[in-house]
Amino acid sequence: MAPIVSVSHLVKTYGSGFQALKGVSLDIEEGEILALLGPNGAGKTTLISIICGIVNPSSGTVLVNGHDVVKDFRATRAIIGLVPQELTTDQFETVWNTVSFSRGLHGKKANPAHIEKVLRDLSLWDKKDNMLRELSGGMKRRVLIAKALSHEPRILFLDEPTAGVDVNLRKDMWKVVQTLREGGVTIILTTHYIEEAEEIADRVGVINGGEILLIEEKSALMKTLGRKQLRIELAEPVTVLPQGLEPYQLKLEEDGGRLIYDYDASGGRTGITTLLAAIAEAGLRIKDISTRQSTLEDIFVELVEKRA
Amino acid sequence: MNFEAVKAIYLFEMARTRRTLLQSVVSPVISTSLYFIVFGAAVGSRIQEIDGVSYGAFITPGLIMLTLLTQCIGNGSFGIYFPKFTGTIYEILSSPISMTEIVLGYVGAAATKGMLVGLIILATAALFVDLSIAHPFVMLVFFVLTAVTFSLFGFLIGIWAKDFEQLNLIPMLVIPPLVFLGGSFYSVSMLPPFWQAVSHANPVLYLISGFRWSFFEISDVNPLVSFGIIIAFLGVLMGLLVWIFRTGYRLRN
Repeated sequence: MAPIVSVSHLVKTYGSGFQALKGVSLDIEEGEILALLGPNGAGKTTLISIICGIVNPSSGTVLVNGHDVVKDFRATRAIIGLVPQELTTDQFETVWNTVSFSRGLHGKKANPAHIEKVLRDLSLWDKKDNMLRELSGGMKRRVLIAKALSHEPRILFLDEPTAGVDVNLRKDMWKVVQTLREGGVTIILTTHYIEEAEEIADRVGVINGGEILLIEEKSALMKTLGRKQLRIELAEPVTVLPQGLEPYQLKLEEDGGRLIYDYDASGGRTGITTLLAAIAEAGLRIKDISTRQSTLEDIFVELVEKRA
Repeated sequence: MNFEAVKAIYLFEMARTRRTLLQSVVSPVISTSLYFIVFGAAVGSRIQEIDGVSYGAFITPGLIMLTLLTQCIGNGSFGIYFPKFTGTIYEILSSPISMTEIVLGYVGAAATKGMLVGLIILATAALFVDLSIAHPFVMLVFFVLTAVTFSLFGFLIGIWAKDFEQLNLIPMLVIPPLVFLGGSFYSVSMLPPFWQAVSHANPVLYLISGFRWSFFEISDVNPLVSFGIIIAFLGVLMGLLVWIFRTGYRLRN
């Protein structure tokens, strides 16, 4: 199946000479949730802005549903919804009016039933007659999502949707994203909260300095780059490893009070059982055991630092 | 053509007018009434008639033009500048609408609002002086053309402006002298020859003169020339607009 969004060799150089994108290529499949991770100034927002038509590309092409975003902008923009990073709202408009306005802009006839559904889904229904300036930051963020959903888009861009949002609201938004995905909407979100990507994305792209460093299935990424660690706290510290433990390539930490064992959790045999038996054999007493899994954050930091 | 979008922008802009009714309508009416009192009554008591028209009636077309120009430029520029300023422009730019449709929505609303205020001024003037319109159709043509042209002019200023100072620069500094020196309150023929010649370089003179001709059949320049000048100005603005469409100037760069 052809990708719903296909970006190839995209370059953007701003008037100031700053090159925000240096030849980005990327395919997004219909129905997936793609998280774009990257530090500030990585090029995430520029990439989204070009796909959505806000910024003109310097060179390269973007196809959305097979249509060029510059030449065939009506066809592409009609199926895209965008939630911007900044809380930009018309302070003096009511929630209902501003969401209905967005639908009209996308060329769709008024459909109060749909607007009502969107507002109810986002817990905004009781605020529909409020002016935007009366709403809290979190509520405004919901309004921006409602505006982006007002015209029933097939692709939704969320540019740092949960920046500055409290934990409850963040969880609520993840639920909304899941519901949309179940309805077949393709979702692209940028974030620098790794846990967000980890929680909801199918694929993860890492972008830095205007280049895509990596794009992979989240599970595969975690598997390839993800390691597990077994930490064994000893009752009495040791200065050297006793005989019989050499095959496990253990590391000693905390002045001999802790043994570290790296293993691959995805393999059938982790070696933990035999290691524990060998430790008992060597006469060491175990005080505590814990495991730690490397997170996307570790992977991300590693990638960005490696290229820096 | 995305009519729904044009309608959405138009109605959105008109809704803002409703919210600011006092500022939009009451204030121009008060200031025009003041002009009638100061110029019409005080100055008019000394200048009885110009070209056979009472002074109060003579200044009416100029006053309507003054309001129309200021209102249209103000509405046109503010309408597009405000979303740029607040950032809500992202939504316009990411919608499936062409620049032509954006212009139709914003300029249409700005011109409508300007014309509404212009008509209110006309009605206010009728309270102070005896008015008759010799060529209502011609009057309407000048009225609508001026409204559209200067709303478009305002729209371009709104796109160009980077801050509120630039936004107000032309409406505050350029337009009032042009209107005051464009024969709003006098006939250019009353000036010495040198200043008459200078006045003819002022485009607003042609607007006021043509508009006044539609009321009283008196004019400083041939009404056809007036018509030609408006059309030419509109043409220049359209050219600029096409250039903006092509380059994405200050919108998509």
